[in-house]
Amino acid sequence: MSAILPPADRLWWKHPIDRVEGTWIALAFVWCMVMFFMMVLWHVYGDQNLSTETYKTTPDAFIANAQAMVDQYTVRTETDLEIPVVAPPAGSDIYLIARLWNFWPILELEKDKTYRLHLTSMDYNHGFSLQPTNLNIQIVPGYEHVLTVTPNQSGEFSIVCNEYCGIGHHMMVGRLYVR
Amino acid sequence: MSSATTYRICPRSGLQFEAQAEKLILANAVAAVVCLLIGGLLAIGVVLTRWPAVHWLEAATFYQVLTAHGINMLIYWIIFFEIAVLYFCSSTLLRCRIATPRIAWFAFALMFIGAVVNNVAVYQGGSSVMMTSYVPMMAAPSFYLGLILFAVGALIGCFVFFGTLVIAKRDKTYQGSVPLVTFGAIVACIIAVFTIVSGAIILIPTYLQSIGFVEHVDPLIYRMIWWAFGHSSQQINVAAHISIWYLVAAVVFGARPMSERVSRGAFLLYILFLQLASAHHLLADPGVSTEWKVVNTSYFMYFAVLASMIHGLTIPGAMEVAQRQKGFTKGLFEWLRKAPWGNPVFSGVFISIIGFGFLGGISGVMMGTEQLNMIIHNTIYVPGHFHATVVVGTTLTFMALTYYLIPVLFKREMIAPTLAKWQPYLFGLSMYFFCLVMMGAGTLGVSRRHWDMAFDGSALAYEWPGAAYMMMGLVGIGGVVAIVGGAIYIYVTVGSLLWGKRLESGEKSQKVTPIPPTAPAAAAQTYGSMGFVAPGTFTLAMIFLVAFVLYYFINWKYLSTLWGLS
Repeated sequence: MSAILPPADRLWWKHPIDRVEGTWIALAFVWCMVMFFMMVLWHVYGDQNLSTETYKTTPDAFIANAQAMVDQYTVRTETDLEIPVVAPPAGSDIYLIARLWNFWPILELEKDKTYRLHLTSMDYNHGFSLQPTNLNIQIVPGYEHVLTVTPNQSGEFSIVCNEYCGIGHHMMVGRLYVR
Repeated sequence: MSSATTYRICPRSGLQFEAQAEKLILANAVAAVVCLLIGGLLAIGVVLTRWPAVHWLEAATFYQVLTAHGINMLIYWIIFFEIAVLYFCSSTLLRCRIATPRIAWFAFALMFIGAVVNNVAVYQGGSSVMMTSYVPMMAAPSFYLGLILFAVGALIGCFVFFGTLVIAKRDKTYQGSVPLVTFGAIVACIIAVFTIVSGAIILIPTYLQSIGFVEHVDPLIYRMIWWAFGHSSQQINVAAHISIWYLVAAVVFGARPMSERVSRGAFLLYILFLQLASAHHLLADPGVSTEWKVVNTSYFMYFAVLASMIHGLTIPGAMEVAQRQKGFTKGLFEWLRKAPWGNPVFSGVFISIIGFGFLGGISGVMMGTEQLNMIIHNTIYVPGHFHATVVVGTTLTFMALTYYLIPVLFKREMIAPTLAKWQPYLFGLSMYFFCLVMMGAGTLGVSRRHWDMAFDGSALAYEWPGAAYMMMGLVGIGGVVAIVGGAIYIYVTVGSLLWGKRLESGEKSQKVTPIPPTAPAAAAQTYGSMGFVAPGTFTLAMIFLVAFVLYYFINWKYLSTLWGLS
């Protein structure tokens, strides 16, 4: 019962390692290194890496930018709430506001074109969960996160809030179109 | 104070309990089980609401119940039990008196009061902020105050543990190094100190904000420091339940560690690297650099994963070696077939090891990978993963340990031994199923902490694929079965305490009997194929590795088909 008794050999750190242990440690170590370098390699060769470009912001400053975009590029409105559908030109800066309990506005993008998506929250933590693609990003109030996105499929997408944000959390869904 | 105590040697296990330590272990373990009972009752509400066909509770009640479920299970049940384990691993295994029993009781009182205050805050409403309680969402001041009191109590408990080690050393109750299990407990305790201090650093300003004393706690900084507490709590659990796995291997099989050097080295890697895993909660956050994410979420080059993979081999390996020494040497797996599958102490631990490795470990590394995290962050995959680690890993291990402790510590004969025999299978396997279907639903994008996957009342509602609904239904069924399994555990343990036949407690004595020196281990074993002493375990480990590699790259393949992002 030696795991609950002091080791018989006082110099236990000099014990030889059994072959089964040595082999397994070597294999596991190699695999751990593969996993480590995989993350680094993806930054060099992969296309899906979360941006780290972030600025401190305030709700007022962010709303001003979003409103300017909406004023310039709104093509129509949807639902009884008249949520603007905005189609900014490819390559431009686009703004998405998360707040209790909606996303604003609806963005309309072009397939295979790149945009700089600015995300922030007006109040609590929210989640940006793009469905059915299933890409998920945290939205933190006070911080403006700038992501360079390139939609590779056309169609209608939903943005589901997946960070608990209060009683109306389940109604917080936005939309996004890709032409 | 030391002269007033007595020691008894348990006639069934040969363990020596000091009177004060024994009472403290009992109190902490009983408090833990009460919290498990509360958390288990709350689980009914969570499961039956997330089951789309049932959708039982109102939204406000659901979030309240979910908050209380998370806190009672993840914090109170586990930490009360861990404090009991720390006292057991120090005082009992080292056969010494416990340091400062009065302060240890004070710590217990603080923890108990904290747990009650925090629970009351949640049930009063207005504190449905989830266990993570991210600012600027605010709970009632007593919510934070309760957590802080509990944490201070737990911290004092950790120092009582360290003090007890000093007493054992000074009184020379053992020779040489501490046992491996105690060593693992020391690792858990060191991580616990780091964890609790992190919690204090962030919860104290948040408490001050809730009473209007501090104006603003930065949400991003809150998230970072909160997770140094939140995830590290799980790292305490890992170190603790792995120590118990070694303990059970020792008491059930008389197994020795294959190599003290390897097992202790792996524990040391935990101290150095395990807390870094906390960083993976920030992978989808703004403002954290790529280099920081890669270094930290790899637990710096995956050295902590390496440590877990080592324990994953050495624990069943030690069991295999012990079984082979008893003559179960046929083929690769006779040792495992002839294992005591009817003994819940063993079956609980073995189900825990396999589930923790395959379900919890692999999914954890997957979601802790910087880029792959984007396809699961905040989906119900996350609770799928942590139920595999915390419930299958930690809770099931603690349950198995209680079956061992009922006659040894509580001096009662177990009631309903047949129920107890089946309990780890019912609970463990239904949790396997529960975790798997939850991860399946998460892969389809279903959100965690979400009252209504139908988005009732939303102008722009999204419709999940039918498979997501089906999986959430299966989550409900799996969850209900697991709750029944948990209820059986409560019935057997509490029932044994109340109605079990009293067992003889063993001679009480004023004097300590120190641990006699252990006889040197036998020379290297010579059986086994491939020249390995544990070929069966090695085969299992290779199956694990292949599953790990496949699952890892399948996720990369899926990620590569998604939108470009940079």
